[in-house]
Amino acid sequence: MKKYIDQGKNDTRSGFGAGLAELGRSNPNVVALCADLVGSLKMEKFIEENPERFFQIGIAEANMMGIAAGLTIGGKIPFTGTFANFSTGRVYDQIRQSIAYSNKNVKICASHAGVTLGEDGATHQILEDIGMMKMLPGMTVINPCDYNQTKAATIAIAEHEGPVYLRFGRPKVANFTPVDQKFEIGKALMLSEGTDVTIVATGHLVWEALIAAESLEKQGISAEVINIHTIKPFDGEAILKSVKKTGCIVSAEEHNYMGGLGETVAGYLSTTLPTPQEFVGTKDTFGESGTPEQLMAKYGLDNQAIEKAVLKVLKRK
Amino acid sequence: MPKLQELQDLTVQVRRDILRMVHKVNSGHPGGSLGCTEFMVALYNELMELKEGFDMDGKDEDLFFLSNGHISPVFYSVLARKGYFPIEELNTFRLIDSRLQGHPTTHEGLPGVRIASGSLGQGMSVALGAAQAKKLNKDSKLVYTLHGDGELQEGQNWEAIMYAAGNKVDNLISTIDYNGQQIDGATEDVLPLGNLKEKFEAFGWDVVDIEEGNNIEAVIKGMKEAKSRTGKGKPVCVLLHTVMGNGVDFMMYTHAWHGKAPNDEQLENALSQNPETIGDY
Repeated sequence: MKKYIDQGKNDTRSGFGAGLAELGRSNPNVVALCADLVGSLKMEKFIEENPERFFQIGIAEANMMGIAAGLTIGGKIPFTGTFANFSTGRVYDQIRQSIAYSNKNVKICASHAGVTLGEDGATHQILEDIGMMKMLPGMTVINPCDYNQTKAATIAIAEHEGPVYLRFGRPKVANFTPVDQKFEIGKALMLSEGTDVTIVATGHLVWEALIAAESLEKQGISAEVINIHTIKPFDGEAILKSVKKTGCIVSAEEHNYMGGLGETVAGYLSTTLPTPQEFVGTKDTFGESGTPEQLMAKYGLDNQAIEKAVLKVLKRK
Repeated sequence: MPKLQELQDLTVQVRRDILRMVHKVNSGHPGGSLGCTEFMVALYNELMELKEGFDMDGKDEDLFFLSNGHISPVFYSVLARKGYFPIEELNTFRLIDSRLQGHPTTHEGLPGVRIASGSLGQGMSVALGAAQAKKLNKDSKLVYTLHGDGELQEGQNWEAIMYAAGNKVDNLISTIDYNGQQIDGATEDVLPLGNLKEKFEAFGWDVVDIEEGNNIEAVIKGMKEAKSRTGKGKPVCVLLHTVMGNGVDFMMYTHAWHGKAPNDEQLENALSQNPETIGDY
């Protein structure tokens, strides 16, 4: 299989911060808002270089979403920054009415998604956000996998007209996608071709999928690995093409198995080419405190969980 | 003020529009709409500086955001009669395939509407964003909003009220329809608002009271006073004392007509109190 090299561990939120800083220099219409989490979201560079285009909202996420919607009226492209939990569940109705239904060009940028937020525990570890956001008509939902891809995605969504949910995380993880790779919204990336099983992964689980595929290769199993950074619009064609070849699929995400990538895959395949599928995701549970590695293992989100799911789905072919 | 008679005629006509719209579909919110008729007529025809036509960005013109979206009948009537869309379209209010949804929305592209509202408490935040975009764009025009008084029970308002003062958003005039009524009864019984003037002032706003919120001359005078206070480092709040259901005797001084349409007889009675002026749609 194709080998990927970790260029040095980094956090996806820093990719966001770097992308935002670049947008600050290249696009005068980009403005940023934050609800008292500037350091966590790595927004300092943008603020330092564009103080007049930054709005510190304070701990008031509902107000932030409304202000962001209003800033679009006058041609601004607002990027909101807070944790994924406070970017979605806390402000669902504000997003629904003032942003999605009103079709406002707001970029909701959400850090610390999933259990890898770690020690803060379940109050902050949202595992339902992809589901909530993908259910909103017109919302684009993106979950990039590493620093480079998060930076590229941040830059790309400024060019996209319409509301976007951009989800990323807290821990330093492998940075393995090419630094100059263009980010195409809604276009799945083939990472490694294979013939026995398709692994479609998003976010932090893409790297885990690559590790799992390597291990499977040693067992004589050829896994095709697809990085699906955009959950919506969903690149069904890429998945369909792959499962036509492999005949089974494993979906992998740092999210409840309900409502996330896995269900999007299942929904698409059930109407095109019903295919045996296993879901790697949390099993309708809240998280807890712990290190990211411990939590990934305990909640069945690491490469070993993916490998197990592959062995299971292969038997169902 | 040579225009006064025209504005008064328009006010009566808008009241007729409201009553006929809600009667036709046997749904909608006449009470608050009637209470804000003088304000809305004055705002769009005397106070706001508006460009010809409509574009979403609204640069170099005043903007208005209706936060209490359920009083859509008065909003639609005033917009139509200002020329944003044909008055005949008022016939489609709340019907299938209409741009005149039960609550205002941008979704069907109705000219004059810049944000969806109906789920309460969100309009002031949106207006703050638009007001700050104006400042970034070096656009000296103003942003106006209208809110129900009961709507202030929504916490998001107070986030916005705190933010507006803290960030000196002084190109904003937020008006509260201070009628003391909400769906379940008097605000005093449902959840008392306390002293709104003192609350806004304590948050750092400049507050203007318009005691006769259903007297169009008083509305114009009060709003001009409010306008004169913009640009001085503070957001401006107008407490517009109104009577829900104003202009139709049996709808006044009660919350009963908040979200109820008149029947045929009641409509006839209500319209007889508001004879046709510039022509029904």
